[in-house]
Amino acid sequence: MSQTFSQDEIKKIATLAKLKLTSEEETKYAAQLSGVLDFFSQLQEVDTQSVAETSQVTGLENVMQEDVVENESPEKMNLLLNCSSHPIEDNSIKIPKIM
Amino acid sequence: MNPTSLSLFELSKKLGQKEISSRELTDSYIKNIEAREGDINAFITKTFDLAREMADASDSRRAAGKTYSNLDGIPLTVKDLVCTEGIQTTGGSQILKGFVPPYDATVWGNLKKAGAVLLGKTNCDQFGMGSSTENSGYGNTKNPLDLKCVPGGSSGGSAAAIAADFCAGSVGTDTGGSVRQPAHFCGITGLKVSYGRVSRYGVTAYASSLDTIGPMGKTAQDCAMLLQVMAGHDDRDSTTPNIEVPDYLNELEKDLPGFTIGIPEEYLGEGISQSTLQALESTKAVFKDLGVTFKTISLPHTKYAVPAYYIIAPCEVSANMARYDGIRFGNTQEGANYEEIIVNTRTHGFGDEVKRRILLGTYALSAGYYDAYYRKAQKVRTLICQDFTQAFEGVDAILAPTAPTAAFEIGKNTADPLQMYLEDILTIPASLAGITGITFPVGQSQEGLPIGMQLLGPAFKEERVLRMAHQFQTAIDT
Repeated sequence: MSQTFSQDEIKKIATLAKLKLTSEEETKYAAQLSGVLDFFSQLQEVDTQSVAETSQVTGLENVMQEDVVENESPEKMNLLLNCSSHPIEDNSIKIPKIM
Repeated sequence: MNPTSLSLFELSKKLGQKEISSRELTDSYIKNIEAREGDINAFITKTFDLAREMADASDSRRAAGKTYSNLDGIPLTVKDLVCTEGIQTTGGSQILKGFVPPYDATVWGNLKKAGAVLLGKTNCDQFGMGSSTENSGYGNTKNPLDLKCVPGGSSGGSAAAIAADFCAGSVGTDTGGSVRQPAHFCGITGLKVSYGRVSRYGVTAYASSLDTIGPMGKTAQDCAMLLQVMAGHDDRDSTTPNIEVPDYLNELEKDLPGFTIGIPEEYLGEGISQSTLQALESTKAVFKDLGVTFKTISLPHTKYAVPAYYIIAPCEVSANMARYDGIRFGNTQEGANYEEIIVNTRTHGFGDEVKRRILLGTYALSAGYYDAYYRKAQKVRTLICQDFTQAFEGVDAILAPTAPTAAFEIGKNTADPLQMYLEDILTIPASLAGITGITFPVGQSQEGLPIGMQLLGPAFKEERVLRMAHQFQTAIDT
């Protein structure tokens, strides 16, 4: 799986990640990430054919809670809304149209 | 004697005996901070007015005989990843500059309810991504013991603040070593808790399957006192098992006969400095005098921990960082349309290392690569977990260096991310396994910089590693 990054690939990933890179950054990240990917290739020597994946370590399963709305006070609502730098209208954040 | 050089435990006693007031103590720390913070840069936000208010309130409670806990009136700092109601919380990143959370993280809420005083929010690598605090969006922190050196990271501001007598203790976070390595670099004690022991609610997420919040202090006893208040199940964090929180201070006093400590041979390989190996030997000698037996063990998948971690963590980063869109909170940039607002905000707000990890994670999770990277790394993680499970069948704890060397110089690894990632080689395996570990100072390098060893214990056995470190610290103190 040894892989090297081209500048085009970095550009594509950056677009997916909603980042804008300068061409110097593209060159730098392409070189650095190629080195890191090369380093990752050593994992291929580990036989994991009959090994299960670990996605969490607590052993907890299906942790549920009642689906109840906790009404915050209007003051708290305002504080939350005021964390945004966009205009607030009818307890909502107003952003430029998406569609 | 300047009270700020005392341990949290001793200060708690002095407050209890009314030999000192919380206000006097708080003012003493503020004096230290004002004298040296210009050189060290341990803080992103200082909260001195609030601290004095909280200290006065604590003194009034004490005068009325109504203290909340043995932490009442104790001045602390908190890593700036932890949300503090009404106080700027930046995550160490410019993307959250000016963000004032309207609520407390559970861990800080618990400490506040216990009467602790907040001196400020400490500097760190952005969202915890780094091993030197050089990735902070607010300037790097310097090691108070040698200003040419890094304090470690990512909880470098917290470790530096304790080493510089800026506070009695601090709250750090450890995802791949971010409590233990700075504790080692700054000559203090830091506890990485088991995954799920302390609630992560209200703490900015880095890699959600690995993030832990841990106490940092001068001694294991100090960490035990802090953990007592920090630990436990939280309905707001579904990864906190409902496991009883023991009386940590009580547990510390039990001695260690019959204990067996394992030394993993894989942790003593290439690159480990001579003074680190010597410090390990002298640490073993102290434990032997305390009745502990040693045996060599093997954790065969150790060398795969760094590549596995640097796949899993960036994958989780790429998902967690998606929330920073400049819409609901944080330092928003302007744009001609919705898309541009998001792109400009992220491009301007995230630092270099955050971008690198987002790119890496986005790539590894993208179509065609998921199996080769993320799934493979998660399988290797299983093998690393099994290494520890098997080891703990034969030993009570594992002793090893925290990092290959003492603190390195500022700028040494900044041009080479892979070299920086390899700094975490000895702390990452325990993070992947979700177990607990404590780093405590045991010696010095040839340059006179501190060396800390880590003692690793099974998950949810914090009382065991705290007790062992405490017994060690008591033995070398007498």
